[in-house]
Amino acid sequence: MLRTRLTAAFILLVGVSLGFFVYFSEYKPDSKLGEWPFRLGLDLKGGTHLVYEADTSKVAFGSVGEAMDSLREVIERRVNIFGVSEPLVQVEHAGFISGNTSERLIVELPGVTDIEEAVKAIGATPLLEFKMLIDSNPSALQDITDPLQFMSHFADTGLTGSLLEKATLQFDPNTQEPQVSLQFNAEGKKLFAQITRENRGKYLAIFLDGAVLSLPVIREEIPNGEAQISGGFAPDEAKVLVRNLNYGALPVPIRLVSTQTIGPSLGEKATKDSLKAGVIGFILVSIFLLFWYRLPGLVAVLALVLYSLIMLSIFKLIPVTLTAAGLAAFILSVGMAVDANILIFERTKEELRSGKNLGEAIHDGFARAWTSIRDSNISSMITAIILYWLGTSAVIKGFALVFFLGVVASMFTAVTASRLFMYSLGFNLERRGGIIDFLFGSGFKK
Amino acid sequence: MKIVKNRKIFYIISTIVVLVSIVSLFVFGLNYGIDFKGGSIIEVVYPIERPEINEVEASLSLAEFKGFSIRASGETDLIVRTAHLSEEEKSFLMGALSGGGKWPLEQKRFSSVGPTLGAELKSKALLSILLVIIAIILFIAFAFRKVSEPISSWKYGLMAIVGLIHNVIIPTGVFAILGHYLGVEVDALFVTALLVVLGFSVHDTIVVFDRVRENLKKNKEYNKKEPFEETVGKSVSQTIARSINTSLTTIITLVALYIWGSESTKWFSLALLIGITVGTYSSICLASPLLVTIEERQRKKLGSRK
Repeated sequence: MLRTRLTAAFILLVGVSLGFFVYFSEYKPDSKLGEWPFRLGLDLKGGTHLVYEADTSKVAFGSVGEAMDSLREVIERRVNIFGVSEPLVQVEHAGFISGNTSERLIVELPGVTDIEEAVKAIGATPLLEFKMLIDSNPSALQDITDPLQFMSHFADTGLTGSLLEKATLQFDPNTQEPQVSLQFNAEGKKLFAQITRENRGKYLAIFLDGAVLSLPVIREEIPNGEAQISGGFAPDEAKVLVRNLNYGALPVPIRLVSTQTIGPSLGEKATKDSLKAGVIGFILVSIFLLFWYRLPGLVAVLALVLYSLIMLSIFKLIPVTLTAAGLAAFILSVGMAVDANILIFERTKEELRSGKNLGEAIHDGFARAWTSIRDSNISSMITAIILYWLGTSAVIKGFALVFFLGVVASMFTAVTASRLFMYSLGFNLERRGGIIDFLFGSGFKK
Repeated sequence: MKIVKNRKIFYIISTIVVLVSIVSLFVFGLNYGIDFKGGSIIEVVYPIERPEINEVEASLSLAEFKGFSIRASGETDLIVRTAHLSEEEKSFLMGALSGGGKWPLEQKRFSSVGPTLGAELKSKALLSILLVIIAIILFIAFAFRKVSEPISSWKYGLMAIVGLIHNVIIPTGVFAILGHYLGVEVDALFVTALLVVLGFSVHDTIVVFDRVRENLKKNKEYNKKEPFEETVGKSVSQTIARSINTSLTTIITLVALYIWGSESTKWFSLALLIGITVGTYSSICLASPLLVTIEERQRKKLGSRK
């Protein structure tokens, strides 16, 4: 008995700390726990979800994965320039496992709703630009964080990657550092010579996709149309840059196949509504349990609170990206989590009626209800796994994940935890009839 | 138990409802959302004053947009559906929607799905429904493998599947009707709802079958001869309260989700609500009585052979 009670008290303590964790990590974002906020999906916080299809037909069979990885890197770099917080760029491979018919690239831009600009920036070929620093000294740039202000310190020269003849990878003979050597075409050669002649002693910035690659000082006129970029590259980085410059385009051509943009106000409303529905649903289910199942109902409500706290903590710790559908799955799972409790209580009642004492009835109630709880939960898990596997969008995958986690967590709270709570209530397990019949009875009958 | 005894009535009710669903599916068809057929949907809000729909239509026609449809939503919003739009076409559309700047507006949401993705979703949806059904029949046959008297275990799985198909057809039929009269669309979330209905409605069926399994075992232990019809009837009446109550808690949360929940999951929760309600009915009034019917047939067949 003491051990049962201690374990039950321990579980309650865990529940209380989970409650504190969920509360403080959400409402005290400055505290240490603030590192674990809920991660909201785009449909809740607003933003843009783009799906690109990659044409890998010209890539050799074995190197599709590699090509997609370098595609992801390039796009990631471009998205980062865009100044979005927490962008997500990921590859979805084709094949039997994913069920996809083509290689895909998913780009998520939270907070961005004006997609035209974003789409242009992502789909563009890498942009190599040469710009003059207006200031005489690059130290003026040091404290600037605003990208617009930063760019205002540079003047266009008209020299870009489109005037390149070719780019090659070289190694500095002295330092063995990799360098990217550029050879301009006739027009570029003329322009480059002119720029270097007129701006001796000034700084010429080399921009790739809007970010400064290197900032060399012009020492003399360069008439032969050759330039070296030594931006402290890693050899691989330099290789990728050379390839990008030579082929201009992305490693594989991409095509936008799906766009989804949700305005922030709509997302906020969806979050609020889901919360409201969740709270109301929870209260209604609790009322039902208390009225219909009385004392065991109370235990079930306690288990349900524990269940909700466990799920919310899991959402924060894994973290699970929550979407409107994911929240719906969670709310739905509140209704389903108590199923096991209902099966057990009904069974316990039945055993009591058949003349067993309370201890035996509770024991048999749990034991006999277990097979149907196990079987039905396994069928739910099968559904969740297939949904996750074949789910076509983040929304459905999110739903399936929450659904699966809910089934697993509810098995623990509705079976293990409620049994412990039930035994720790301290009833004389030998008793039968009287008050026990009332407390463990159900419905409107006495 | 009355339910098992009067099973013919329930068979008739179910057959009628299923037939109505199938007919409406054929007559109305499903109103597929852009996830399935590809296309674009944009919702804009006019914070100052929403222009008349025919004015907006005229503006779009002037800009040579074809095959679009405009629907009002709430007091200030318009929802416009078009074919799959590129980025340029979309900003062009925004211009036309604002009447060239006459009606100030803001974009609330925009979704665009290419036709290839839509076709893939369709095949994935069918595949997943099929896989879930197969997985469940295998699982039930496995879970009930030790029960082979008087009917073999895979027949339990088969009867559960009859129930499942019934539970999927009815909400689909309802959505065909809703699609025809209210323009409700069938999207990826609807398929998700169907899959959840499949997973959930088998719960109740398992609860009843599990009790049949237990009662059969008990009868064997006590060497009690009892007609199968009575065993099933007893099992149904012993478990009916919990079948209803487990579904009731789920239905309560779904009603909350439908009434107060997010707009984007409204039809999703309705599909679940219909499916789960129908599922509870079918596990009590259809799947279990069917066990009896199938056992009867088996007996008659054996009898005629003798």
